[in-house]
Amino acid sequence: MKRIEQTNDFVVRFANVNGSGSASANNLFAKVVYRLGVPVSPKNIFPSNIQGLPTWYEVRISENGYLGRRGGVDFVVAVNGQTLKQDYEMLVPGGYFFYDSTRDLPEDFNRDDITIIGIPLTELCNEEFSNPRLRQLLKNIIYIGALAYLFDIGIEPVTDSITKQFAKKPKLAEPNVKALEIGFEYAKEHHTDACGLSIRPSDAVGDRIMIDGNSGAALGALYSGATVAGWYPITPSTSVVEAFEKYAAKYRIDPKTNKKNYAIIQAEDELAAIGIAIGGGWNGARSFTATSGPGVSLMNEFLGLAYFAEIPVVLIDVQRSGPSTGMPTRTQQSDLLSCAYLSHGDTRNVLLLPSDPYECFEMTADAFDLADRLQTPIIVVSDLDIGMNDHLCQPFSWDDNRSYDRGKVMTAEDLENLSTNWGRYLDVDKDGVCYRTLPGTHPTKGAYVTRGTSHNEFAAYTEESAAYERGMRRLLTKWETARSLVPEPVFNIRDEAKKIGALYFGSSTYAAEEAFDQLAENDMQVNSMRIRAFPFQQEVFDFIDEHQIVFAIEQNRDSQMKILLSGECQVAPGKLIPVTNFNGLPITARIIINQIHTALLTGHNSQFALNSMEKVNT
Amino acid sequence: MSYKKPGFRHPEAQKNRLGYTRKAYEGGISTLCAGCGHDSIGSAIIQSFFEMSIEPHRVVKLSGIGCSSKTPAYFLGKSHGFNSVHGRMPSVATGANMANSELIYLGVSGDGDTASIGMGQFAHVVRRNLNMIYIVMNNGCYGLTKGQDSATADKGSKSKKGAPVSLESIDLCELAVQLGAGFVARGFSGDKKQLIPIIKAAIAHKGLAFVDVVSPCVTFNNAPTSTKSYSYVRDHMEATGTFDFIPLMQEITTDYDHGTTVPVTLHDGSIVKLKKREDKEVISSRKLAISAMEQAKEEDSILTGILYLDPESEDTHEILGTTQTPLNTLGERELCPGNKVLQEFNRSLR
Ligand SMILES: Cc1ncc(C[n+]2csc(CCOP(=O)(O)OP(=O)(O)O)c2C)c(N)n1
Ligand code: SF4
Ligand SMILES: [Mg+2]
Repeated sequence: MKRIEQTNDFVVRFANVNGSGSASANNLFAKVVYRLGVPVSPKNIFPSNIQGLPTWYEVRISENGYLGRRGGVDFVVAVNGQTLKQDYEMLVPGGYFFYDSTRDLPEDFNRDDITIIGIPLTELCNEEFSNPRLRQLLKNIIYIGALAYLFDIGIEPVTDSITKQFAKKPKLAEPNVKALEIGFEYAKEHHTDACGLSIRPSDAVGDRIMIDGNSGAALGALYSGATVAGWYPITPSTSVVEAFEKYAAKYRIDPKTNKKNYAIIQAEDELAAIGIAIGGGWNGARSFTATSGPGVSLMNEFLGLAYFAEIPVVLIDVQRSGPSTGMPTRTQQSDLLSCAYLSHGDTRNVLLLPSDPYECFEMTADAFDLADRLQTPIIVVSDLDIGMNDHLCQPFSWDDNRSYDRGKVMTAEDLENLSTNWGRYLDVDKDGVCYRTLPGTHPTKGAYVTRGTSHNEFAAYTEESAAYERGMRRLLTKWETARSLVPEPVFNIRDEAKKIGALYFGSSTYAAEEAFDQLAENDMQVNSMRIRAFPFQQEVFDFIDEHQIVFAIEQNRDSQMKILLSGECQVAPGKLIPVTNFNGLPITARIIINQIHTALLTGHNSQFALNSMEKVNT
Repeated sequence: MSYKKPGFRHPEAQKNRLGYTRKAYEGGISTLCAGCGHDSIGSAIIQSFFEMSIEPHRVVKLSGIGCSSKTPAYFLGKSHGFNSVHGRMPSVATGANMANSELIYLGVSGDGDTASIGMGQFAHVVRRNLNMIYIVMNNGCYGLTKGQDSATADKGSKSKKGAPVSLESIDLCELAVQLGAGFVARGFSGDKKQLIPIIKAAIAHKGLAFVDVVSPCVTFNNAPTSTKSYSYVRDHMEATGTFDFIPLMQEITTDYDHGTTVPVTLHDGSIVKLKKREDKEVISSRKLAISAMEQAKEEDSILTGILYLDPESEDTHEILGTTQTPLNTLGERELCPGNKVLQEFNRSLR
């Protein structure tokens, strides 16, 4: 048997039962690798359940900095009896099967192409610890100790991390360190040189931080001055508002009065959550809500009101696998179309498409400026993979000279000094964005009724067709203004001849970039474009125009980005070729490469490519 | 078509403490059916704010969808208004109130808007005790969609269409009491003498003040067989211990007769003087308030007046512990922790 020998480039998968406290132990492992300076990307693959169902934590370690899912598992920590067989079968040849040998492996576990590493975790744990709750948690730490030996990490980096973690409760650190040592020593004694995978300190991480996107979005909202949040719990967006609340409780308490400079309302449902955000935005406070697919559907009608009545509001959609409840704890990019045209009637919404936690921070912060500037809903379209998994990204930073762009809001003086009549929906600047007033501004000037019914330039109700049409056309002028303000695409031009192009967005970024590197190594130069916003800029259309074929890489069944692009610009039929993954797990470079190869081999026939994809994906 | 009313007013038109005439509190011309109860309520709202000398621009009017929800366009023309979506005025009011705690929030809704599509939002805005006045113009039907029975239509009541209502009705006042509103009242659009002081007291109350106003729909639900018709309500109206509303600014000279009246001081210092009826207790107990309502129903009468009052309730801002400075006036200095904190945060992740 040829066992896998790798340094700083392999995949470990932890198979656990959810609710068993494994998450913190597994996080500890990823954190240790990160602190050793080795790029690492952990992914939680968890069920929609609180206790008792299988959960996996897949950690990719990549000196080269490839942070997408790789696919395939080199080393599995199999501590969940329910999935033991499955975890055993999925190991790649030459891989390592690590299990709790307190109980023997069943007889049908007879692969001869993998290395078996048994450690009697339960037995070791029960010998040392008596408290049943602690036992449960420390058993996980014991396997981390064993890994510290097997991967040649040494015990210090792990004890350092534990000490750091329990800095405030040193008493708790003690049993953890003990458990660590037990695992380390046992592995050293019984499995000397059993493992060909190792982790060596590196400086490949640089100054990057490791954090989840929802925390990034929450910080963005905090820094950008959001004060009103309405929300209703739903995975995977819940932690956006929970993190916002945590940070606000720390950084937003008025030092004199000890009162909160923010208001968070856990609403009765998403209908109310978006209503609260709209009410707050209308009344001049930066307001937002965060939700996921089912919530987006419920917010549909209200979003149309905000579009038509022109109210600034920020919505953070952390996508999951739909339709309906779908796979609620799995990722997807399948809300793109519904977000773009959310609500009945002719509506179109500005979308920002972050690809990592840093962009979640930056784009959420920008979203509030854009909402105020454009007086319209801004939707930050994130997903479960970016939102809930930890990612390496550039460190956050804030320009202290930056001031909030509150857009066109009339003050009492502005109203006093006006020589003509103020009209809420008068396009004074010809950019489609009008001047608004806030309640309470002036005793006699600037009051109006905001409404979702048709209105004229002076906000009066009207059923006059011409006035309605003028309003709807002006919203298109505003759309053009939006086009000039939203984040531009990022290009990587490898081939000046511009034969093959590929476009992608959001969490497909890591896997896509890895795929292009690998294709380049095999003499296939793919020019790429990462789309970062809707409406699309001219450059987006040009990129598609200039290339012979363009692969549209995305994580949904129906190629929603392709549909959106085809509707928004004149794309020749057959030019955009779908590359899709919608199995709920983050897309991998392998999937992308396979689909690109298949499509090229079959003469870019997209329908054929689609059909053959199924085979390639599994 | 002009929605402005003729500007002429008698030079001696009465002025309030701020020097405004009643006209400063009016809105556009109503487009509701002549005789619609909603218009009378609108006029009672105008009168109440005028008499209380509240600056119109300090008021925010919010509504859902329906004939009733159109009325904010017909009163307080110098106030900002928000005609939102069907049944969801309460959430917009919540957000608006969170953004600026200093304004007066007046929500107007219909029985369809509140008791059906908006039931969830109604229940929860009451629960969070948002500082607002919540008026339901209750006609027992969906006026704007041409007269379908609503959830507040009484069982057995017959609208213009003639078929008796076969479902139980929802009593919004009882619900409001159960859900924790600090102020619950019922009025009748045809009795402004009672309605105006109710609205004034609701304005003075801090926290959610719920006012259900029976407001006949002359077009679809005013047959004598309907329990929401003018004639039926007039015949069956019963008042709780009637009350006087004494706003803060008015000098209080009357001595309380402690035998028959109970003074209750509202948040702004105004006083509601409740006159006890011989046979009924005061209304600061939820249990008694509900039993009074139930008893009136048994007797086929419509109980009106202030049905429940607890002036001490905490509003949403107090519950949340938000700052008293309106959130919409805070800027970078108060809201943005700055780059130094962010760099510290980055370090904490390493
Ligand atoms: C989501 C939605 N569903 C249905 C309607 C149609 N609709 C408009 S008003 C109304 C009922 C209004 O009844 P009520 O609140 O009692 O007001 P009234 O007209 O009786 O004053 C309905 C069902 C709507 N506007 N929005
Ligand atoms: S239909 Fe009924 S509720 Fe609507 S305006 Fe006419 S009378 Fe009033
Ligand atoms: Mg009605």
